[in-house]
Amino acid sequence: MSGARRSPTGGLIDRSRSITFRFNGKEYSGHPGDTLASALLAQGVRLFGRSFKYHRPRGVVGAGAEEPNALVQLGEGAYSTPNLRATQIELYQGLTARTINGWPSLSFDIGSINNWLARLLPAGFYYKTFMWPRSAWMRYERHIRRAAGLGIAPTAPDPDRYDKMHRHCDVLVVGGGPAGLMAALAAARAGARVILADEQPRFGGSLLHTDARIGGESALDWVDATLSELKANSNVTLLPRSTVTGYYDHNFLVINERRIHHLGPGQADPRISRERLWRVRASQVVLATGAIERPLVFGSNDAPGVMLCSAVSTYIRRYGVVPGQRGAVFTNNDSGYQAAVDMAWAGMEVNAVIDLRPSPAGQAVETVEALGIPVHAGHVVCGTRSNAQGLNRIELARLTDNGSDILSYKGLLDCQVLAISGGWSPTVHLHSQSGAKAVFDEELACFVPGNSVQAERSAGSSAGTFDLAGCLSAGAGAGVAAARASGWSGDNLDIPMAIGGQCGSIQACWEVPSTELDSTGLKKFLDFQNDTTVADIKLAAREGYRSIEHVKRYTALGFGTDQGKLGNINGMAILAKALGQTLNDTGTTTFRPNYTPVTFGAISGRAIGEDKFDPIRKSAIHSWHARQGAEFENVGQWKRPWYYPRDGEDMPTAVNRECTATRQGVGVLDASTLGKIDIKGPDAAEFLNRLYTNRWDKLQPGRCRYGFMLGEDGMIMDDGVTTCLGPDHYLMTTTTGGAAAVMGWMERWLQTEWPKLKVFLTSVTDHWSVMSVAGPRSRQLLEDVGCDFDLAAGAFPFMAVREGSVAGIAARVSRISFSGELAFEVSVDANFGLALWEAVMEAGHRFDITPYGTEAMHVLRAEKGYVIVGQDTDGSVTPLDLGMQWIVSESKDFIGKRSLSRSDTARDNRKQLVGLRTSDPQQVLPEGAQLVNAPSESRPVPMIGHVSSSYFSANLGRSIALALVKGGASRMGGTVYAQLMDGAIVPAVITSAVFLDPENERQRQEAV
Amino acid sequence: MLQIDCPWCGSRDQDEFQCGGEAHIVRPATPEDLSDAQWADYLFNRANTKGAHAEQWCHSGGCRRWFNIVRDTVSYKISSVYQAGASPPQEKP
Repeated sequence: MSGARRSPTGGLIDRSRSITFRFNGKEYSGHPGDTLASALLAQGVRLFGRSFKYHRPRGVVGAGAEEPNALVQLGEGAYSTPNLRATQIELYQGLTARTINGWPSLSFDIGSINNWLARLLPAGFYYKTFMWPRSAWMRYERHIRRAAGLGIAPTAPDPDRYDKMHRHCDVLVVGGGPAGLMAALAAARAGARVILADEQPRFGGSLLHTDARIGGESALDWVDATLSELKANSNVTLLPRSTVTGYYDHNFLVINERRIHHLGPGQADPRISRERLWRVRASQVVLATGAIERPLVFGSNDAPGVMLCSAVSTYIRRYGVVPGQRGAVFTNNDSGYQAAVDMAWAGMEVNAVIDLRPSPAGQAVETVEALGIPVHAGHVVCGTRSNAQGLNRIELARLTDNGSDILSYKGLLDCQVLAISGGWSPTVHLHSQSGAKAVFDEELACFVPGNSVQAERSAGSSAGTFDLAGCLSAGAGAGVAAARASGWSGDNLDIPMAIGGQCGSIQACWEVPSTELDSTGLKKFLDFQNDTTVADIKLAAREGYRSIEHVKRYTALGFGTDQGKLGNINGMAILAKALGQTLNDTGTTTFRPNYTPVTFGAISGRAIGEDKFDPIRKSAIHSWHARQGAEFENVGQWKRPWYYPRDGEDMPTAVNRECTATRQGVGVLDASTLGKIDIKGPDAAEFLNRLYTNRWDKLQPGRCRYGFMLGEDGMIMDDGVTTCLGPDHYLMTTTTGGAAAVMGWMERWLQTEWPKLKVFLTSVTDHWSVMSVAGPRSRQLLEDVGCDFDLAAGAFPFMAVREGSVAGIAARVSRISFSGELAFEVSVDANFGLALWEAVMEAGHRFDITPYGTEAMHVLRAEKGYVIVGQDTDGSVTPLDLGMQWIVSESKDFIGKRSLSRSDTARDNRKQLVGLRTSDPQQVLPEGAQLVNAPSESRPVPMIGHVSSSYFSANLGRSIALALVKGGASRMGGTVYAQLMDGAIVPAVITSAVFLDPENERQRQEAV
Repeated sequence: MLQIDCPWCGSRDQDEFQCGGEAHIVRPATPEDLSDAQWADYLFNRANTKGAHAEQWCHSGGCRRWFNIVRDTVSYKISSVYQAGASPPQEKP
């Protein structure tokens, strides 16, 4: 046994209460204040998971966000969350968790055979092996990923709610350790609005596990007193359990606050959201994010029981955990000695402090020696030995005088806990995210913040100040400076005196030397989660990789959920050495948001579900459609009736019926969703002339016209009918989905290019309800409904507009048609839309009036060869490609005109709109099907176009399709072939795109 | 997320705005007189500036007015905001 246990006293846990929880199916207990990791360690659990690639047994290394090994799947069912760090999970009653890696069980792991095959699994192994043949990767990947583990996303909807907060503040202080607390205090006393955020449930940072004293009291008492003052200040917002995850442009930062995780699923007041995402615009930012201890890199440094010195101290002092019976320290700096002091304080046998520096000296060394702990200077741990419980012995060696090689091996030492310290890496993540560049400091042997790019400053150990007194003073200074920079005039704070928490010298060591070859000897791990070793980095360098970004991707260094917080700097230093560079030359990989993972729930907040993700727009007649059992289709944000099934009809039957009824009797369509823009002003006609391809200056009041709008590149952007309502007054209609974009387009031209044009635009889309009454009986029907103006063809010609009363409602009626039938589009105030619709339906009984949806509308217009912008066009189609030269004016300029004569736009083998008839009239081609000249052509077979619209036409008794085909206009009667997904090849004959009534007699003439 | 000082509404989050790309590109008065190359230059070619870049923005979620800003494409700092149609402010010597 390792001898791990709970200490009889001490720690920030509530020993009066017990909490039971389950880990890997077994029941354990802990106390409030524990993390999952500390509670398990206290009960002797050492094995927390298996590594990603070699499936080696792994234990807890750290005590916070840097933890790479102790990853768990927390909770069950919809509450389940993958890949959480056991070191950051607060214990709650009934907690359940299991390791995410290690199948079928932790102690017997099938994948560990990879450990013995290690020589066959070098860096880039998967890329090198499974990428051939290329097509097989998809098959391999599934198995590789399953063997690799890494958690399961829950499939049930998230039962919790998430909120967003928006805040401005003068000073945002990130991190509530000694520097952050002082900074917040200083800024708050200056009068600034302060937000102090810390990822932990308690403020205090390193003060939560120290024996240092501040201002004559214990560090914890000082923390409590400081917090009391901050809490009493109404300008201060304290955010515990809140990680500042991202630092974006213009001092915009995002904080992820976890509000109820620590209570357990379903335990919190249901009115409280699970997490809040704070979106903060800070005038000034103080980064007091601390530092993360680095491991030392030696053979089999991944044995369960090898932990960071700071983690050992944290478990002992904060959680009251004695992590083993016998301990040792391996360090290259003074701060590691504190772990020896703490282990001895907890009653452990401390067998040695192994210090690779040749002659360590000073207070830290003296303190340890006074406790009777032997210090082995100039020595290293060069390997570990494990049993089933993890680490049980370490192998010592003496270094040569210059420290570059092993001089002699010194045998094995009993040890269940090896506390290691390779120095500290300031947490420069947010500083780097802000756009600044961290620089390597040779003396401190770490990257420290460089010049600020945004209004931020780092203080404390995140800036390379590792002693407590220095942190307090730097924090106070940064807080005052930040308050002053945001407009407050604060005084400097008196700095309380700190006793303890000194830091001494460090001798950089990125890799403990070994005499054996890396690839055959014990593996030296850099990234524990991804099993990236020193040998992998060196191999990458030998294979020619130079950029740290490429080496990262080749070796997976820093790719895990810890994002290299633990191992990256060691890896970068080893690469730098292999490449003969300085660490500043090699640099770091890019630090990107988020600092720790953020759930999708927090990111989406309340904008979830069909009703809240995006607004839903409904026409004034929507309730009637719903009552009729219409199926709806999303068109932009609109819900439009798709078809109206009657008595169990399927969709084709319903659509066929609606199409036939409209061509033979009368059909009605809710056309309210089309965009409508009211255009007024003396220059309105001139403006339309510039927007549309055709001329508008001669259009008389009471008449309307169809137009195409092009982009300046000559490609069709939108289309619609615009009516001249009176002198200098027009009403434009746009496509349903394009309304907002067209409005923006028009505003942009008026404001930026033609500000002298006197034109005023108003969006009136929602003001009007529009119903299209189409079919040979439509005129009769409207007469029955009651119109106070003459509907006869002579009095009311095609493309004319009349205003009057329909069914007693003030209406505007246009004789326009998208179906090719005699049709009237009736617009009324949206408040009367439903009344008009119901009146028309009532009067239509005797004609068997048929409401039709968008699907029938599509079929009817396709029979006529009318295009839908965005379906038959795709941003690469000109009016000429559609064979609509008639709509392009020769006598004026318009947006996009010059582009129509560019060599590429004017060539004659562009893709052009044609009709397609399959030889089997029942076969409907799938839309999007690619077309080829001949299926027997040698591969790759040239694609000559695609099917853009395709339907079965009940009126024609056969399938019809519209397609864009290269040079199609000159290939009438030719045959093309559609290759379908199932391998079938379907021949089709190219025809005119107009399948029905090419003379337009139905829509222009008197009904028969 | 940028914070943009709309000349009509004041400072607002970038969420409310829409970027219209490089500013001060004037539409040719007589496009038909241009060669294909000259037209393509107007249509497609942009400066791709590293550093101070004059660009158009629209407060599309607010007053819907277009205006210009000078923004550093490296640091994203906005050094000036001015109305559409105005000349870019001269750089200080």
